[in-house]
Amino acid sequence: MIGNIIFFVLVALGIIFAIIRMVMGKTIFDRVLGIDVINIIITGLLVVIAGILDNRLYLDIAIVFAILAFLETIVFARYLEGKE
Amino acid sequence: MNILYYILIVLGGIFYAAGGLGLLRMPSIYTRAQAGTKATTLGTMLTLIGVGVMHPEWLPKILLIIVFIVLTNPVGSSTLIRSAYRSGVKSHKELAIDELGPHYEKEAE
Repeated sequence: MIGNIIFFVLVALGIIFAIIRMVMGKTIFDRVLGIDVINIIITGLLVVIAGILDNRLYLDIAIVFAILAFLETIVFARYLEGKE
Repeated sequence: MNILYYILIVLGGIFYAAGGLGLLRMPSIYTRAQAGTKATTLGTMLTLIGVGVMHPEWLPKILLIIVFIVLTNPVGSSTLIRSAYRSGVKSHKELAIDELGPHYEKEAE
């Protein structure tokens, strides 16, 4: 039980750091990188929530979320390529 | 079994927090991408294996997610950084080795 709470606190720290980088970010690429890291962290978090709630449905949600996160990063990168 | 699960997910959480901290503290976009991507990929692997230890019947789907993350996370990050490089984002100091630069100069000619 305490392990779960420690995990959630650490995940919250990681997400908060990434959000600070997203808000501060010098260039647009820093902001996209912040979104990328948040997406990866949330994928892991969804799987842990599936384990805690004992519900397999969240695993499917995690797969779809990972696919959409990858697509988002690629689309942003290709769209911004070559722009100042 | 329980102990192993808790150890693995707390280790994964430590890597997540370290990835976020690296994203916040590193000096330029290239170092930030390296810190963020490597640490969160390893953190995801540890966390998901921890959940798989707790629920062995879910292992095939969890392994699918791990393989997908390990394949796509570095690809997405390197695509993003290549686009930052081509947009002319400077590193925090002069690059000692720059293998990408001559490649694009040759392409432009």
